[in-house]
Amino acid sequence: MENLLLQALSGLASASSLFLVASGLTVIFGVSRVVNFAHGSLYMLGAYLAFTLVTQLPRGHLGFWGGVVGAAIIVGLIGVVVEVLLLRRIYRAPELFQLLATFGVVLIVQDLALMTWGAQDLLGPRAPGLRGSTEILGLRFPLYELFLIGVGPVVLGLLWLLFHRTRWGTLVRAATQDREMVGALGVNQRMLFTSVFFLGSLLAGLGGALQLPRESVNLHMDLSIITEAFVVVVVGGLGSLSGAALAALLIGELHAFGILVLPKITLVLVFLVMALVLVVRPHGLLGKPEAAARGGQGSAAPLIGPAPPALRRLGLAALAVAVLLPPFLGDYALSVLTEMAILVLFAASLHLIMGPGGMASFGHAAYFGLGAYGAALAGQWLGAPMLAGLALAPLAAGIFGLVFGFFCVRLSGVYAAMLTLAFAQIAWSVAFQWVELTGGDNGILGVWPDRWAAPKLVYYYLALVLCLGATLLLRRVIHAPFGYALRAQRDSTLRAEAIGIDAFRIRWLGFGLAAAAAGIAGGLFAYAKGSVFPTYMDIPRSVDALLMVLLGGVHTLSGPIVGALALTGLQEQLVRITDYWRLVLGSIIVLLVLFFPQGLAGAARARWEARHGDA
Amino acid sequence: MTGRAIGRRQILAGAGVAALAAPNLARAQATPIRIGEINSYTAQPAFLQPYRNAWILAQEQVNAAGGINGRPIETIFRDDAGKPEDAVRLAGELVNAERVSLLAGGFLSNIGLALADFANQNRRLFVASEPLTDALVWSRGNRYTFRLRASTYMQSAMLVEEAAKLPAKRWATVAPNYEYGQSAVRWFKELLTRAKPGVEFVAEQFPALGRIDAGATVQALAAANPEAIFNVTFGADLTNFVRQGSTRGLFERRRVVSLLTGEPEYLDPLGDEAPEGWIVTGYPWEQIDTPSHTPFREAYRKRWNDYPRLGSVVGYDTVMAIAALLKKTPSTETEAMVDAMAGLQFNSVFGPIEFRAIDHQSTMGAFVGRTVLKNGKGAMADWRYADGKDYLPSDDVVRTLRPQA
Repeated sequence: MENLLLQALSGLASASSLFLVASGLTVIFGVSRVVNFAHGSLYMLGAYLAFTLVTQLPRGHLGFWGGVVGAAIIVGLIGVVVEVLLLRRIYRAPELFQLLATFGVVLIVQDLALMTWGAQDLLGPRAPGLRGSTEILGLRFPLYELFLIGVGPVVLGLLWLLFHRTRWGTLVRAATQDREMVGALGVNQRMLFTSVFFLGSLLAGLGGALQLPRESVNLHMDLSIITEAFVVVVVGGLGSLSGAALAALLIGELHAFGILVLPKITLVLVFLVMALVLVVRPHGLLGKPEAAARGGQGSAAPLIGPAPPALRRLGLAALAVAVLLPPFLGDYALSVLTEMAILVLFAASLHLIMGPGGMASFGHAAYFGLGAYGAALAGQWLGAPMLAGLALAPLAAGIFGLVFGFFCVRLSGVYAAMLTLAFAQIAWSVAFQWVELTGGDNGILGVWPDRWAAPKLVYYYLALVLCLGATLLLRRVIHAPFGYALRAQRDSTLRAEAIGIDAFRIRWLGFGLAAAAAGIAGGLFAYAKGSVFPTYMDIPRSVDALLMVLLGGVHTLSGPIVGALALTGLQEQLVRITDYWRLVLGSIIVLLVLFFPQGLAGAARARWEARHGDA
Repeated sequence: MTGRAIGRRQILAGAGVAALAAPNLARAQATPIRIGEINSYTAQPAFLQPYRNAWILAQEQVNAAGGINGRPIETIFRDDAGKPEDAVRLAGELVNAERVSLLAGGFLSNIGLALADFANQNRRLFVASEPLTDALVWSRGNRYTFRLRASTYMQSAMLVEEAAKLPAKRWATVAPNYEYGQSAVRWFKELLTRAKPGVEFVAEQFPALGRIDAGATVQALAAANPEAIFNVTFGADLTNFVRQGSTRGLFERRRVVSLLTGEPEYLDPLGDEAPEGWIVTGYPWEQIDTPSHTPFREAYRKRWNDYPRLGSVVGYDTVMAIAALLKKTPSTETEAMVDAMAGLQFNSVFGPIEFRAIDHQSTMGAFVGRTVLKNGKGAMADWRYADGKDYLPSDDVVRTLRPQA
């Protein structure tokens, strides 16, 4: 009994920490609609800065608490810098494009933190006055955890007062509900956004700084917190502070008690919770449906006609190079080209649901991975030859795409995207923990192509034919009636339904098709690498897919193709040139975002249209 | 490639242009032998920065001493960012584009296995330095892969020997939720039950790697009231676990047996909060004064103005093992190198070790001791060197564990 109470208190302390980070994220999202991937980096910076300040300042209460508050304020200011220099310039870019920019910031901060604070984990001092523990029902409980349990509700209360008792807070709430109307009423939106960013970043910094007496400061803090913070925000309902508090409480407690029953549930618990909540409540626990988009005016992207002749010529030239050049290349260049062909298809498959479909997916890697596992498992357990494995890959991915998609496509916007992430992580954890079947994180080895396809050149042509064929098929789909229906339900579900389009069915089939195409890519990837690992369906690969689509541009299919080639090409070159490739890659992404807010292909298209009139 | 080039020159020489060919031959001998090294540098910098520093030191020493029969060695480092699929691509790059003679490196187990499979498929030598998984040399072992570091099994076995001496009967375990943590716990349970029938395991916790919820984990372990704890967490998880555990009194009146905790990589960040009296495997670098270790420590200090970590030993000895191999075999042709590697003996920083022919595992050992606080820092006391060869199963067992080609 005593043990259970203490377990509950431990859960509360974690919930409180989680809430601090999530509150900042939800405030920022509510107003600016920015999916701030860099929030975890701000949290990490808060912890590192607090470490530096607290260890430099004189010991004692002033030094410690001053250091914590100082770190939070500095992080708030860093947030302002990021907003003013970067995000402010791209608010009008397509939805989620800001995610690309903030991802660039994540990469930059990772290397800067490594350069500044070194690789070794840092253990900060304990909080003065809260070093020890107290007895609760005869068991010891740390004072600092008790303090943390108190901080969460206090911050929640202060934020409530701020949002409900000040004019600024009223404006923020108004902007959360309808920012265009707030702008129309003459409120200085720039100031509002910047100040909200300051507050959100400050909360992230505070969350990080308050971990100092509790956890070590290390370079993995950013990515380990960011997904959980997003889960809390989404489970609570986007933009809802009390929802975030409730969700943090739910996750903290479920985790504390979950590990008593199932110790190995740690990997997947938060995602199970998120999937369940979103399936039952599509807008999170306390979230409201997003205000219906005003009419269809302006938001609908122009119809994409047939490619202009110049693009057609460029495409043919690229194809000619892709077909004619490889026999003269070495094995390594061939394997890079093979990988590029595969990733082009992977990005194109995501583009089908993101562009024409109008749904983002944060978990597209699941279908890539399921394709890879489908092929590898068929080979390992059934002794299937390569071609059978390759045929099975889209089947496996497509079936799971239809199952997962059935739930995901009912939701909209970030909720749908996060539900795809939840399913992807559930699939990932199954691959990770079902060691008997999948080999766990050690993966499945020896997935090599059949003898006839073993030469790199043959395999390259095989991948090229399949990937190019599938990509062209996707293009055909986009231009077929199905594609028009997909776009119709994206631009106005109401009107689409009125003319007899079953929006759910169209979206669902589109999702399944995209999953199957990703499965082809995954199957080809498995045989190209010779092995399959859970990392194939882990978050970084989903993020890669998003980056490729966003970098290239979501409007036309040439976008993901250009994006895939650019991102893999850049990464492949940078890793070989410099140890600080993350810094360089992040900076390049930030610059591209600033100068090409329509994506690379979008920018090329805009330039073309400016010169030659509408294509 | 090199072999073919020399072949052509020999033909030229045979055709009577020996005078022209001779300077070419001399120059050919001075071309460096290239090693391709792949590791998760950006993902695991705490272990791998000291590792690479020592690697560079060792390479400089080998080259200063005249290299390999006059040829210097050269290393091309690549960062796989913690992704096995990238590691495989980079292996291809190193072999095909950079023309390295052999591959080395690896930190994470799955990357080690991916590289081992690549090596097997492409018939290249792969000297795995750090990955600990037993599968690398046993269930998925292959002809082309050798491993330096003492494996999960070996280190678990070293600790079981100590654990069996404790009076404790009720054990709890805590380990990161991935293959390394799971197999360490599995071996520990199996070996301890065999060594001391009657022990029971009353609780187990598997926090996600790098994301331990330390408060809840500690409380869950305390609730089972074990007499002793076997810990496998390391890095940030360990730090958080120790802090919560000591504040909540988890370690009082309980013995803790802990993998890798005595390594400076993981012990030093704990500072004056390092736990006392834990039985650990590790590396008491400041106390080992042996003819093989002292010069290494001093050279490392002089070169990098820092003290060596265990990663440094692993990096240094990987280069020394490769150098010993290259001296033993006349050519850098893969099959010859693989044959020479089986049974290769060399003097490591920890003393003489051998790459066993039976399973390609080196007999590098580890230091087993007790943690103490010394001058406000964690250190190891009462330590001894546990030679790896004493903690491997018998040859008959190994043959059943490893596929016999």
